Amino acid sequence: MTWRPVLSRSVVFRHDRVRGADLLVLPERVVVLQGNAGSIVRLCDGVRDVDAIVAELAERHPGAPVAEEVPVFLGRLRKEGWLK
Amino acid sequence: MTEVVTGVSGVTRDSGVQPPWALLAELSHGCPLHCAYCSNPTELVGRSEELTTAQWAEVFRQAADLGVVQSHLSGGEPLLRRDLTGIVAAADGAGIHTQLVTSGVGLHEKRLAALTAAGLRSVQLSVQHADPRASELIAGARSFAAKERAARLVRDAELPLGLNVVLHRANLDAVDDLVELGLAWGAERIELANTQFYGWALRNREALMPDREQIARAREGVERWRGRLAGRMELVWVVPDYIDGTAKPCMGGWGALSLTVAPDGTVYPCPAAAALPGLDAPNVKDHRLEWIWRESKTFNLYRGEEWMGDPCRGCELRTKDFGGCRCQAYALTGDATRTDPACHLSPDHALVRDLVDRPRLPGPMVAPAYAYRKEGP
Ligand code: SF4
Ligand code: SF4
Repeated sequence: MTWRPVLSRSVVFRHDRVRGADLLVLPERVVVLQGNAGSIVRLCDGVRDVDAIVAELAERHPGAPVAEEVPVFLGRLRKEGWLK
Repeated sequence: MTEVVTGVSGVTRDSGVQPPWALLAELSHGCPLHCAYCSNPTELVGRSEELTTAQWAEVFRQAADLGVVQSHLSGGEPLLRRDLTGIVAAADGAGIHTQLVTSGVGLHEKRLAALTAAGLRSVQLSVQHADPRASELIAGARSFAAKERAARLVRDAELPLGLNVVLHRANLDAVDDLVELGLAWGAERIELANTQFYGWALRNREALMPDREQIARAREGVERWRGRLAGRMELVWVVPDYIDGTAKPCMGGWGALSLTVAPDGTVYPCPAAAALPGLDAPNVKDHRLEWIWRESKTFNLYRGEEWMGDPCRGCELRTKDFGGCRCQAYALTGDATRTDPACHLSPDHALVRDLVDRPRLPGPMVAPAYAYRKEGP
């Protein structure tokens, strides 16, 4: 089955206007997303699969190593239980 | 408890006071339960002194402007507030994540549906024991069936469910049963939190205090479960600081991560701080939250490291545990600026050791002499 990443129901993704950062807010935890991480999470809508996410980011950031880095990043978030 | 996971880069701020992340809203000190371990102050705020819906809405608006992104709607029992739905809507409308912290008593299907529609994101249910009778003895009230039903409702509403169990002498031997209860009730997370001795718990310390072997067994049990649960349920163990001889990083530091608003609008750096003398805690009715957080004497009293004496001042761990808990230092030594006596490096640590190692009747207590918490006049 292809994985179509989506945030777990206990995780809320939001932009923090006070700190100028993207966050994952959980019941007992706040995760501050660094750099472009927020723009990756924004694409995790449960519709796009990993390939589609990579393709979209590659188009936006030509020359960036998205094909290597994005799946690893998504895997890490899945391992934490933040993406499913 | 809020933990902030962050890398080194990314969030750049000018130096000085950082904005708070979380707000603990004690909506009401009223509670249908009378837990002997309750950390509410022994001077409970009466119901007639509680903030109004509009005042709470204003608190959440100001909190969001200040940087708060997460709130715990707690008490006492927050469900005693008939306007809870409106309060949730106000917090959510301000962009703040809401978790209801409840005993489960008073949670009905319609109520939960309204709360969810208003934006409630998560529920944390308190559990006293996995055995109904033992549970009700600890809580001092009929409540187990209500909790079981509450858990089912939360799961049916597809909200994340966490269980919070305060551990002490009468339930530390039931860790296995408690984890199994969590699995059966569909919890995503169980917090096994060893009693922190504040408020009512401090008054009941003698009856609540576990012995070292009990803690060691429970800790092993938790470790065993951790391996088996990986990925299925998060298991959090809040350390018994008295027994471990380590100071806990109370609230992530004084005035560092979070603020507590009491039912009458008084704002504290920590829910236990009401017991500290000379705190002169400000109230949202008189001041803006931003001033309270940044400028008030109360929030600057133990902020940073200036206030520290020896041995904390020269200790490497001071940036990790912030010298421990001020309320505990005061409760045990009468001086809130001393090193937390729970720390084995504290010159007062013998106080804690004596409390833990004092000879006691063997075996778990059958009918402990609890002073059940009571509401004031
Ligand atoms: S600890 Fe028990 S008595 Fe205290 S607020 Fe929670 S449920 Fe009520
Ligand atoms: S001496 Fe102070 S800073 Fe060092 S470990 Fe103990 S409480 Fe923490």
